[in-house]
Amino acid sequence: MNYWKEFVKGIIKENPLFVIMLGCCPSLAVTTSALNGAAMGVAAAAVLMSSNVIISLIRRIVPSEIRIPCYIVVIASFVTMVDLLMQAYLPPALVSALGVFIPLIVVNCIILGRAEAFAGKNNVLASLLDGAGMGLGYFLALVLVGSIREILGNGTWLSISLGRGLVPMKIFVQAPGAFLVLGLLLGFFAWLRQRRGAAKE
Amino acid sequence: MDQIVLLLQIGLYVALANNFVLGQFLGLCPFIGVTKKTSSAFGMGVAVTFVMTMASVVTYCIYEYLLVPYGLVDVLATGSFILVIAALVQLIEMVIRKTSPGLYQALGIYLPLITTNCAVLGVALLNTTKAPMHYTLLEATAQGFFGGAGFMIAMLLMSGVRESLEHSNVPKALRGAPIAFICTSIMALAFMGFSGIVTLGK
Repeated sequence: MNYWKEFVKGIIKENPLFVIMLGCCPSLAVTTSALNGAAMGVAAAAVLMSSNVIISLIRRIVPSEIRIPCYIVVIASFVTMVDLLMQAYLPPALVSALGVFIPLIVVNCIILGRAEAFAGKNNVLASLLDGAGMGLGYFLALVLVGSIREILGNGTWLSISLGRGLVPMKIFVQAPGAFLVLGLLLGFFAWLRQRRGAAKE
Repeated sequence: MDQIVLLLQIGLYVALANNFVLGQFLGLCPFIGVTKKTSSAFGMGVAVTFVMTMASVVTYCIYEYLLVPYGLVDVLATGSFILVIAALVQLIEMVIRKTSPGLYQALGIYLPLITTNCAVLGVALLNTTKAPMHYTLLEATAQGFFGGAGFMIAMLLMSGVRESLEHSNVPKALRGAPIAFICTSIMALAFMGFSGIVTLGK
């Protein structure tokens, strides 16, 4: 088995947000700035990696009829740990910006999707790398959406001002801007794929 | 009287002013996935409203009468809520199958999908741990029901838009989800017009 490939595939080729289209809700709600997006990405990646490892370890013990509830319990435990860790060590403003979406990682389709599609069928190392790659891909996607929205909507990037020439368009940090940015990004990645497909033929 | 006004305020707030889908980004997966036809959007909307109302009642009781008195909120809230919601969805599915085959035909295929709908767990958390103020059971139930109603409004509007989109010439790269998100953006813009009508918080 090619472990390197398991790691790399999640970053671009099977990017969870832009290609498989999983985990849209937090990718829109918390990406009002690049930093918020990054924090959410780290939290989701941490849960994804740890749950992938545990699920891969228990995959022979769990009967297949009740595997989904078992996976959910494993994921919920890790989400609770991440939630408590973030509340303890991150600035309160950042935690309240992420709000309800940290506990909602439990129902994020990426985590359960990877558990079902990969970790339940593969060994521990491959599952860890799959989780790390997918987590990194999701992290990068959230930072990208967050950066675009912060630059256009607030005129800053990672809270650094980008000069007076850039007039902030507040709409991009609000709900409609989120949908627009994600829609256009999805269209852009679809266009890239179609162009590559056409070049191959 | 005040009580009824407050319930109406909560209802307007979660259904229009801060719509679950268009304002709070909850339940986007079914919103994009199940809105290609109006009939299925309606079925999903009814099923979600039903489950959200029931889940609000059950999770609120667990929070108020089990987690808070025993000091378990921090560690067990998320885990217990999701398990209870999963069990509740299973139970509702079984009850509907036994009692009303017609309703089961209409809702059955949507019910299993609802466990992982973040609007359901979202409303449970927004009623309890992440609430802006302390809700009573009735207020929490109202938030669940009207939140579901708001979800249904968004689903029906979106399915109407997408049925018309079928016949229009969309650029190839934007077909499917991208154009759906762009339409959602315009709908969210329209819903921002409601944002001033009520504000919550005492």
